[in-house]
Amino acid sequence: MNTSNMLNKDLKLNKDLLEDNVEQIPIRQGFGEGLLKAGEDNLQVVGLCADLTESTKMNLFRDKFPNRFIQLGVAEQNLASVASGMAAMGKIPFISSYAMFSPGRNWEQIRTTICYNNRPVKIAGSHAGVSVGPDGGSHQAIEDIAITRVIPNMVVISPCDAIEAKKATEASVYTGTPVYIRLAREKTPVMTTEKTPFKIGKAQTFWESREPQVGIIATGALVHKALLAASELLKKGIEVEVLNLSTIKPLDEEAIIKLAKKAGRIVTVEEHQKHGGMGSAVAECLAKNLPTPIEFIGVDDQFGQSGTPEELIKHYGLDEKAIIKAVNKILKR
Amino acid sequence: MRLSEEKKQELEKQANDIRISIIDSLVEAGSGHTAGPLDMADIFTVLYFHTLKHNPQKPDWSERDRLVLSNGHICPVLYATMAHAGYFPIKELKTLRKFGSRLQGHPHREFLPYLETSSGPLGSGLSQAVGMALAEKMNHGHTTDKFIYALLSDGELEAGQTWEAGMLAGKEKLENLIAVIDRNNIQIDGYTEDVLPLEPLSDKWRAWEWHVIEIDGHNLEEIADAFEQAKAVAGKPTMIIAHTIAGKGVKEFERDYRWHGKPPNKKEADKAISELRTLGGKIVSEHQ
Repeated sequence: MNTSNMLNKDLKLNKDLLEDNVEQIPIRQGFGEGLLKAGEDNLQVVGLCADLTESTKMNLFRDKFPNRFIQLGVAEQNLASVASGMAAMGKIPFISSYAMFSPGRNWEQIRTTICYNNRPVKIAGSHAGVSVGPDGGSHQAIEDIAITRVIPNMVVISPCDAIEAKKATEASVYTGTPVYIRLAREKTPVMTTEKTPFKIGKAQTFWESREPQVGIIATGALVHKALLAASELLKKGIEVEVLNLSTIKPLDEEAIIKLAKKAGRIVTVEEHQKHGGMGSAVAECLAKNLPTPIEFIGVDDQFGQSGTPEELIKHYGLDEKAIIKAVNKILKR
Repeated sequence: MRLSEEKKQELEKQANDIRISIIDSLVEAGSGHTAGPLDMADIFTVLYFHTLKHNPQKPDWSERDRLVLSNGHICPVLYATMAHAGYFPIKELKTLRKFGSRLQGHPHREFLPYLETSSGPLGSGLSQAVGMALAEKMNHGHTTDKFIYALLSDGELEAGQTWEAGMLAGKEKLENLIAVIDRNNIQIDGYTEDVLPLEPLSDKWRAWEWHVIEIDGHNLEEIADAFEQAKAVAGKPTMIIAHTIAGKGVKEFERDYRWHGKPPNKKEADKAISELRTLGGKIVSEHQ
């Protein structure tokens, strides 16, 4: 069976996405390009960075719009609140740093000066997840989804690839709310194309099945691992459906409930602590609406460490093998 | 513009009325902060009745100056001043800290949209004012005639974020930013120099390329002059260190850090109001 037939044709996904030589681009690159485009389209867009301009790819915006860029130095608390002040004057500020520092270090400033004031500041947190690699656990943000989604007024987006990150960045300009955009450091497979539709708050079924035995809900670059798992499972006669849940707040409850109804079992996949992350959001939704067995793929209450991204993804049980194992496990529940 | 004798008398009376309103609202609320609001009454009066470009009938007027109160816990003075300036009825001050009130225990602009920002957690107001000043300068460069005022406590300077903001404002040469430190020497756990010494305070701001002015925070002429001077400074933000007497206006509350975070009871309030009334606006500054 040609497994690529299971890919949702309406979404115009990358045809090569299951190939070994699939194009790979860092998700943060998509943010950089999206911000540049947003800056061209909207004169109120400004960029603020705390000494990580190249790492977060805000340099693309800085080089084109030097007068709309502010370098704040290693001062993430100031970063959040200065952006709040600029937003109060009508600007649409994008702030970027590593997710560990923003929204990590400056959480209270984000909560009070941005969200409590409901100022439309867009927070780009790069280097999220253990796939940051050799830098080690201190720099691997795996708590950021939990701490952002809990704040009122906040929108939380975890794009699956660089192209979706570009679209999410451009779309975030117009929400009128604070937005957290989760980015990753490493090159990761490009699954979507310029033609793939994107709407904040809308989950998309990447891998379809008429009668799925399990629904896999994934977010971020691990959506690709979920698709690899789906393809392997199909070879063994197990049909699953894969939902790309790139907006974690507001949650697309309709899509989640629909999938749970259809499959009866759910596996969630994220490069984040199991506690409080996307899986928890899905569990909250289903416990309330349609109690469904769930297996959670995520980091199990531990910190990260140094290693190659692939080594770490495997070590923390986030790869396609772990997903397949979780699917087999939930089928026995 | 120097204050005329007539204007000075008007402001003295206004400050006294605001102090009475602060006591009134605190005793009704049964909780809240007393010392800071009383000692900042003169500065708030000069700002709202002399210096600020604003229009209480059009609170969202885009050309208004912006005022950021960083140490939100002194909001009884902000609310009382705004009420006396005409933003909302004075009788509403009695709803302070009550359920459903627009006058939240710490300012929240979702409840009272006339506020430029919400505040409470200390140390983040200067950053927000820096952001406003940056945005304004980005739009209008040196030609801006809009000023951003940030009001800070001395205790909150212990928070590192204030220093981050101070460094950035100096680097960006934000001449449209005017900040005031309420140097009343107290914070909730005691005297600032015992808790975590701030001196030499003015040197710290000068080191970051701020223009620094030290004033008696109860001398209306000095306050008004400092703001005029600050507006004229080019290429630097201005820090006005206002030496104030915690609890100013009510002898029993003055200079005592225990009045930082508690309201007067009914008896204490009656005595305080009677003292303020008796003075009839003629509060003699100890610095004079």
